[in-house]
Amino acid sequence: MRVIAALSGGVDSAVAAARAVDAGHEVVGVHLALSRTSSSTGTSKGCCSIADAQDARRIADMLDIPYYVWDMSETFAREVIDDFVEAYRDGLTPNPCLRCNETIKFAAVLDRALALDFDAVCTGHYARILSGPEGAELHRAVDPAKDQSYVLSVLTPEQIAATILPLGDSEKSQVRAEAADRGLRVADKPDSHDICFIPDGDTRGWLRAHLGEEPGEIVDAATGAVLGQHTGAYAFTIGQRRGLDLREPAPSGSRRYVVDVDPVAHRVWVGEEHLLATSVIEARDPVWCGPIPSSGETLSVQIRAHGEALGATVEISADRVIAHLDEPARGVAPGQAMAMYDGTRVVGSATIVRR
Amino acid sequence: MQSDRAYLDHAATTALLPEAAEAWRDAALIVGNPSSLHTAGRSARRIVEEGRESIADDLHVRPSEVIFTSGGTEADNLAVKGLAWARPDRPRILCSAIEHHAVLDPVAWLGEQGRDIDWLPVDAQGRVDPDVVRARLGSDVALCTVMWANNEVGTIQPIAEIAAACGEAGVPFHTDAVQALGQLPVDGSLAGLTSLALSGHKIGAPVGTGALVLRREARVVPVVHGGGQEREVRSGTLDAAGIAALAVAVRHAVTAQADHAARMIDLRADLLAGIRRVAPDAILNGDPEDRLPGNVHVSFPGCEGDTLLMLLDAAGVECSTGSACTAGVPEPSHVLEAMGVDPALARGSLRFSLGCASTGDDVARVIEVLPAALERASRAATPRLRRAR
Repeated sequence: MRVIAALSGGVDSAVAAARAVDAGHEVVGVHLALSRTSSSTGTSKGCCSIADAQDARRIADMLDIPYYVWDMSETFAREVIDDFVEAYRDGLTPNPCLRCNETIKFAAVLDRALALDFDAVCTGHYARILSGPEGAELHRAVDPAKDQSYVLSVLTPEQIAATILPLGDSEKSQVRAEAADRGLRVADKPDSHDICFIPDGDTRGWLRAHLGEEPGEIVDAATGAVLGQHTGAYAFTIGQRRGLDLREPAPSGSRRYVVDVDPVAHRVWVGEEHLLATSVIEARDPVWCGPIPSSGETLSVQIRAHGEALGATVEISADRVIAHLDEPARGVAPGQAMAMYDGTRVVGSATIVRR
Repeated sequence: MQSDRAYLDHAATTALLPEAAEAWRDAALIVGNPSSLHTAGRSARRIVEEGRESIADDLHVRPSEVIFTSGGTEADNLAVKGLAWARPDRPRILCSAIEHHAVLDPVAWLGEQGRDIDWLPVDAQGRVDPDVVRARLGSDVALCTVMWANNEVGTIQPIAEIAAACGEAGVPFHTDAVQALGQLPVDGSLAGLTSLALSGHKIGAPVGTGALVLRREARVVPVVHGGGQEREVRSGTLDAAGIAALAVAVRHAVTAQADHAARMIDLRADLLAGIRRVAPDAILNGDPEDRLPGNVHVSFPGCEGDTLLMLLDAAGVECSTGSACTAGVPEPSHVLEAMGVDPALARGSLRFSLGCASTGDDVARVIEVLPAALERASRAATPRLRRAR
């Protein structure tokens, strides 16, 4: 097959591309220019993406494959960054990596690849694509600690069929060891955990710069008493405990959590842990990775990137999915995806809405 | 280079001249630091000074006005920062909006340091208006800088007029002549010109060689401090071998210029006509006539430049998207932006730059493979999998 290997400059995509080459595919390496520094001014160029692009180029070089940079920054700004800002403004908790997979890596990039007569896009995500009775299926990775199927749960069967994920059967440590064996200098490069367009990791500061200060009250959800002030409700996520900076402890002495965020009144509601518990999750705009399950089916759901699988019965309509959980869950954040699984197979996902 | 590939990116770099390589090798095998006082040092110094005199002759300046640097970027930095720092009493800097990053970035940096930057606009063909320069000159201007010819779209600037205006106003004037040398007649003795940057590897000398022509009376503050080897203005051990090669390349560039330009203009016309034949909607950027002889810069509506570059590379044609690149990460072209080119159209641009080795076969190859590349690139620009949300 003719394959576009997305090379981020990191160890995972490097080994994925190397394995695609070994598998006999005709591989072309592509580094995606997603975010860029603001201007041509001299001192601000120390951006991590340039070093990553250099690493990516060197990896392609060592694998002896052609290498190009595709400028996706405009699409990325529109589809991922704007979406991220708007979601926070609306009091939601977005997942930009999932959005990037949905709109950039397996859409804009795959679109371009297919139009250029390539057959598939290869990435370093930890998930597996297996052939099933209805065609290609997306499954969890064998390494549960690295499984990234959650952020791929927005892919359609058409996209999954044109995707190669060579790392799904491996553990991270094996991938690093293999990179070292292959002489790839990125073998010991640290994992990237942060949001790529917020390189210093200060999401709150970044949001403040983009959304401005919107001061408001922090209110006790049980009593309605005002407990404190904040500079922007967007900086709070349901289930969050740290950074509330409340002067008075709760009368019961128990910890307080963010239990709801009202972006219109700029109000943050806090309360005890039990208020976070919910047994019903409603989500909109489902995307199905394969056949649509029948309503009332028993599946498992995952409600955040590194969350656990929760047993549930799902009620399905055209634009809604309602999951009735076997056990109540905490910290269900509107805006996050609810990925649905049948065993290890990803069934689909939908965006969690406010209750 | 394989003969089945058409290298049309001579503005990025061009092949080493065999005579320059030979001069480099001969000089490199001789031990001696040009600043040493013994016999070996003097032999090395002789190579340097012969090179300096040769380049001075070629550019119509005095030998003491040639300052060797590590290339065009360093020469531009020395001129821009050095001239600005020498006049802290003059807050303003005039700079064209279409400069190469080697000028643009030092100027922008000086702006961050508190200087007042007056960006000179260009017209739709990428040309600075000398009347605009004249109107903005004043006794508060530390320097004015406008390139001789633009590296992206190839438009030649009215340098003589701008230099003269600066001279009359008593404002130091710097020009980046990196692309002009070898393609256009370049005269370092132009009235009003204070400094001129040139680069070796664009004219067949090794990468890492270059010079700043700097008028004797000009005052600049050094950028690189150290032994003060070059007029106390630039420090670092003199690269005798590089200078020997640079002198050979400059001599070749200047003596061959007229013939080379005539040949490039013919090839350029063939290339452009061919592009127009297979892509009637292609738009030539820059001045159609008054441009670098080897430059063809074209926008292809509905295509992405990076896709085209990849397809052409796969088909054996090497060109550039014409935008400034940092480690291969494209930035939107500040040149096209300054010319008022629609951003979507700007993204679909390619720069073909012809050079010494270019032939009619190279042009034919471009025309042969371009239609398929355009067809595929325009298909690739149409979203299909991207869902509306």
